[in-house]
Amino acid sequence: MNDSMNFSLITSEIFLLIALCVIMIVDLFQRDKERKLTFTLTQLSLFVLFVLGFNDLNAPKEIAFNGHWIADQLAVVLKLAIYTITFIALFYARAFINHRSLMRGEYYLLTLFAVLGMMIMVSGNSFLTIYLGLELLSLSLYALIALQRDSKLASESAVKYFVMGGLASGFLLYGISLVYGATGSIIISSVSDYYATNQVNLISQFGLVFIVIGLAFKFGAVPFHMWLPDIYHGSPSSITAFIASVPKIAAFGMLIRLLVEAFGQFISDWSEMILIVALLSVAFGNVIALAQRNLKRLLAYSAIAHVGYFLLGVVPGTDASYSAAMYYIIVYALMTLAGFGIVIFMSTDKNEYQQITDLQGLGKYHPWYGLMFSVVMVSMAGIPPFIGFWPKLEIFRHLIINGFVLEAIIAIAFSVVGLFYYLQVIKEMFFAETNESPAITSSRSLKIAISINCLLLIMLGIMPDSIYQYCLSAFGLIS
Amino acid sequence: MSFQVIVFYSFAAWLIFAALMVISSKHSVKAALFLVLAFASASGIWMLLEAEFLAVSLIVVYVGAVMVLLLFVVMMLDVDYAALRQGFVKKLPLALIIALGFFAILYSFITHGDFSGEAYASPAPKPEDYSNIKELGRVLYTDYVLAFEIAAVILLVAIIAAIALTFRGRRSRKAQVISKQLAANKKNRLKVLKMDAVKTAPKSESNEEAEE
Repeated sequence: MNDSMNFSLITSEIFLLIALCVIMIVDLFQRDKERKLTFTLTQLSLFVLFVLGFNDLNAPKEIAFNGHWIADQLAVVLKLAIYTITFIALFYARAFINHRSLMRGEYYLLTLFAVLGMMIMVSGNSFLTIYLGLELLSLSLYALIALQRDSKLASESAVKYFVMGGLASGFLLYGISLVYGATGSIIISSVSDYYATNQVNLISQFGLVFIVIGLAFKFGAVPFHMWLPDIYHGSPSSITAFIASVPKIAAFGMLIRLLVEAFGQFISDWSEMILIVALLSVAFGNVIALAQRNLKRLLAYSAIAHVGYFLLGVVPGTDASYSAAMYYIIVYALMTLAGFGIVIFMSTDKNEYQQITDLQGLGKYHPWYGLMFSVVMVSMAGIPPFIGFWPKLEIFRHLIINGFVLEAIIAIAFSVVGLFYYLQVIKEMFFAETNESPAITSSRSLKIAISINCLLLIMLGIMPDSIYQYCLSAFGLIS
Repeated sequence: MSFQVIVFYSFAAWLIFAALMVISSKHSVKAALFLVLAFASASGIWMLLEAEFLAVSLIVVYVGAVMVLLLFVVMMLDVDYAALRQGFVKKLPLALIIALGFFAILYSFITHGDFSGEAYASPAPKPEDYSNIKELGRVLYTDYVLAFEIAAVILLVAIIAAIALTFRGRRSRKAQVISKQLAANKKNRLKVLKMDAVKTAPKSESNEEAEE
């Protein structure tokens, strides 16, 4: 264990912070309404971060800053996923915010701050660092949603998100404080060392329950899911695409650090709680999504169901199952980004696209985009050979290997239920009787971005190993 | 009884008295001022713990800044105190039961179990040249430097978010948005209505009724 101030381990974070300050100043002096330079610099810094992160792959695990910071393969892989998906999300965002009141330099700045928060979350090795990263992320997201000041819906969902996020943070902090009281340390490795030698007492269990509740709140898992559809619906679409995808990856990192690394000793205590939450999410998410007519809400309920599947991957408690869960969450982020990409794509300057029925006639008049959107939906439903199938397969496989056969069967059954509403969207695109062509006013860059995103879903589906090998290496299963 | 104990109990008594007055005082400005008293006596207790810096910063931050702001808010808002106090007597028994129950729980926690006073040794008195600020600074800038920096970044986000959410730019500006003008199309601007070339005026029923 290395206690020194090894600043080389936080090079990426330092770079991002400096880049942020530079972009902030540059943005001040820009007269360009479209903020082209701000956008270019933002994307460029994400690219540099990716290169920096790529260099760190397969570096040895190191702990620094008196135990508050950890640099390992898990953190590096999660960060790479965060950079990539934010990069794509910003292309969508640029096309969406261009003609709206949202078009301000702060949009990019706050997104980058959120990225910084997520980077801290995935490599924090103490409760304090992880919590601060979480707050940095959440504060940026609240402000991002509220950025559309003149929209009642956006302001409402920003306040809702703020209150619910505060509540979740409160639960998490309360749990952490109890664990601190029981173990006398906030450093995760010390906490797990303490439990390796000492018995689990009532206070720790109590704290653990609160931590699990806080995490479930952040993930939006049933029964702590109430806020999620409202906020996904109320936020401007490009921001929904961002909050629905990237923070989930960071939250996975937080879950691994908090539950697996700190409380690995009493996995049986928390895996049962997670199992209940996961099965409820799979059931409720899929069933309620059946009744949705609004595509954004439909995707929100499908997000709840997907979180359930992902949490099922954490339940068996083996390294292989964690890597399957990680694979699931990264793939899910990519898919949901494409899903909200459809919403952004179909929105015109004046009004945001809302209802599923607005897609009618897309297959007839714009067959290419009809095909692309079908790929997204089928992939989300988890049908081979698209990418959505493989992580689901891995998760069910690990459930069955570890003896959770009944749970796997329930999850698969609800997966079939889920197929219905995904296919319903495709039905509206191709088989609805209409002579009206839906208007497509989006820019060329958005058309290219969404095509690439959807083709990526097919390509990665044909080569499922391309992401999975990194997830396996994150848990030391392959080198 | 040593001098320290006398100081502790007198500050504690002040603290409890002030806290009780905060919730029972009829006037909200008075309640806010009693809260100031509560903070001041709490800071006295911290001083006994040899946490001088925290004691001073409690006075500076809470008494000096937060409470003054709160007082401004209380004085500016027109609060109907009579309405606030309605049902006070009716709900008093329930409130007392809850308060006593909570007190019992806290008392049992402090006397028994993992968080009891016996489980922790009483802090040893510090040497004479001990500096609270120095120690805090040492810990803050070595062990917790990372957390300290992240907290600073969070404050930066707060500044940016506050400006982004409130600043609306100069008001009286009529600038052209060229991209918007170029993006204008026939569909959004022009509405073509189908109408017959000749339209016969419909016989209105109200006229006929009037003629009859």
